[in-house]
Amino acid sequence: MKLNRRVLIGSGAAAATALAAPMAFAGGHGKPRVVVVGGGAGGATAARYIAKDSKGAVDVTLIEPSRMYYTCFFSNLYLGGIKTIDDLGHSYGTMAAGGVNVVHDWAVGVDRDAKTVTLAGGASVPYDKLILSPGIDFVEGAVAGWDLSSQNAMPHAYKGGSQTELLKAQIAAMPQGGTFAMVAPPNPYRCPPGPYERVSMVAHYLKANNPTAKIIVADPKPKFSKQGLFQEGWGKHYSGMIDWIGDEFGGGNVSVDPGAMTVTIDGEVTKVDVCNVIPAMKAGRIAELAGVTDGKFAPVNAIDMSTKAGADIYVLGDASQQGDMPKSGFSANSQAKVCANAVRGALTGSRVFPAKFSNTCWSLIDTNDGVKVGATYEATDEKIAKVDGFISATGETADVRKATYEESEGWYAGITADMFG
Amino acid sequence: MGDPALGAAVFKKCQSCHQVGDQAKNRVGPQLNDILGRTAGGLEGAKYSKSMIQAGQDGLVWSEDTLDSFLESPKSLVAKTRMSFRGLKDPEDRANLIAYLRSFSKGPIGASSMQETGQGIDIKLDPSVLAMVGDAEYGEYLSSECLTCHQSSGSNDGIPGITAWPTEDFVIAMHAYKQKVRSHPVMQMMAGRLSDEEIAALAAYFSNLE
Ligand SMILES: Cc1cc2nc3c(=O)[nH]c(=O)nc-3n(C[C@H](O)[C@H](O)[C@H](O)COP(=O)(O)OP(=O)(O)OC[C@H]3O[C@@H](n4cnc5c(N)ncnc54)[C@H](O)[C@@H]3O)c2cc1C
Repeated sequence: MKLNRRVLIGSGAAAATALAAPMAFAGGHGKPRVVVVGGGAGGATAARYIAKDSKGAVDVTLIEPSRMYYTCFFSNLYLGGIKTIDDLGHSYGTMAAGGVNVVHDWAVGVDRDAKTVTLAGGASVPYDKLILSPGIDFVEGAVAGWDLSSQNAMPHAYKGGSQTELLKAQIAAMPQGGTFAMVAPPNPYRCPPGPYERVSMVAHYLKANNPTAKIIVADPKPKFSKQGLFQEGWGKHYSGMIDWIGDEFGGGNVSVDPGAMTVTIDGEVTKVDVCNVIPAMKAGRIAELAGVTDGKFAPVNAIDMSTKAGADIYVLGDASQQGDMPKSGFSANSQAKVCANAVRGALTGSRVFPAKFSNTCWSLIDTNDGVKVGATYEATDEKIAKVDGFISATGETADVRKATYEESEGWYAGITADMFG
Repeated sequence: MGDPALGAAVFKKCQSCHQVGDQAKNRVGPQLNDILGRTAGGLEGAKYSKSMIQAGQDGLVWSEDTLDSFLESPKSLVAKTRMSFRGLKDPEDRANLIAYLRSFSKGPIGASSMQETGQGIDIKLDPSVLAMVGDAEYGEYLSSECLTCHQSSGSNDGIPGITAWPTEDFVIAMHAYKQKVRSHPVMQMMAGRLSDEEIAALAAYFSNLE
């Protein structure tokens, strides 16, 4: 019996539970089963590639609660007014058409002995291989005064969709000359240049709509990704607007009060109009529930992204602890293809080729002022190790920067087509 | 009236795929001698999309006007053209480019003699490297790394399509990046770690992807 999305959704939890028993016994015969948890950059890619390349020989189920995936990538451009929210949304319909069984539900548990995943609706889905790509959750107590219940007053906007829209609305509602504050995260976190691209795009919006507004960034890190490029751009486009307070000036000594809308940096209290709190991150909770994390993330073997905890479980993307790759959509997509090739090979005997990984992250500083950083990686016994890399240079011509931005648009169209088909 | 000398500079955007002038050959795209007056999709031995051939059968002939609108936005004129180029937005660039191409055409407004050759970037490759027969299945796996940016549909939204290239052009282009003769930091990095066999494998796979 195949897990049927309409049955699950149409008849509610009771029917779903009734389905669970026969499914749990179906594992021993028929097609090998892959279950993928999380339909983001890592999970969607892995599910689609296994379904596409196995040409029906493997049963692929994707578990993802949302009907639409709103990318975090390019969400800063939405904050800047350069993209719309609709530009960021992608439906799972094309994946279903591509042979992936898409189940809209939360995975709430993994039974490693029985090899089943339990869903919030009550069903239990058997697997031969389980791929987890749940993205990130936030470390509790990471920013004093903030917890998930304050995410409306002080949004993180570090998961896609409603949080991003909320932050955008708050920025638009700022009084003239108001203050936007950001509490930046400690390493490691998703998208190393993300907070700084966000600062750039918020400044871009404010410059046009609220030119006397100010931006303060409290940062626990002494330095950050593409720092030279960003700071050059901030000086050029947004002179006097942005105050970045790094670790040496107490940027790591922060607390917030969401009720009073204040931020305290190294003892100094500031009343702000918008406060974007990006707390420290850890693997999406389901990785922890599956027992594959060690500390905050899930250690994996570089050769195929299988977890060090074994048990036919693989972890992709931001949730994994793999070595040198930054946590990015590009990285998750790259890891997913290596994993898909290995998983398909293990289940069907198809050829398994050597692991190769790559990443490039584009950031937009102002209209047509794009920069990029990238690297290639290989699998060693110990980790995913960097081979070669490059970064945009300061002082590049406007033509080069515009071409870089146009290339990023090409990348966005490319990776979303690669994820969803 | 465009300026052919300025058009020669604009043609640099075209020459990774098109040749024009003495000894010009069909490469990724058709050679462009006598393009003015040519029926769209009508050059023997060149590789075209079905929709370009159809456009020619429906009567599309390259004139200064039709070329101008094609160059402005290729996909607006011929929706599924293989020409994976976003277009030249600046009317002066287009006029200059067309003036340059006219100098290689006997077409309506007469042609000057064929002068220098506008050729693609070429590199020296051992014939054995060019003759290698690629493992297309390995190529398919390797191609997944390309598809993060280059769309399998061949569409270009800022990064060119790379499907249905003649094998030889693909191999030459990749080696040109690898040897850092062709410039682009991402491509130099990606090609830099591919072996001769891997480049052949990719070429074998992509040449059959329509
Ligand atoms: C502001 C910002 C800008 C960024 N810009 C870029 C960029 O320009 N380039 C780039 O490459 N990357 C960028 N990123 C990073 C990128 O978004 C992430 O690295 C990428 O999405 C990671 O992929 P993933 O598969 O690990 O997780 P995600 O893409 O987050 O996917 C996880 C999915 O799992 C689902 N899920 C979670 N738990 C469960 C569960 N229990 N059951 C079922 N489903 C579950 C979630 O609903 C989600 O859809 C940016 C991130 C941010 C925040």
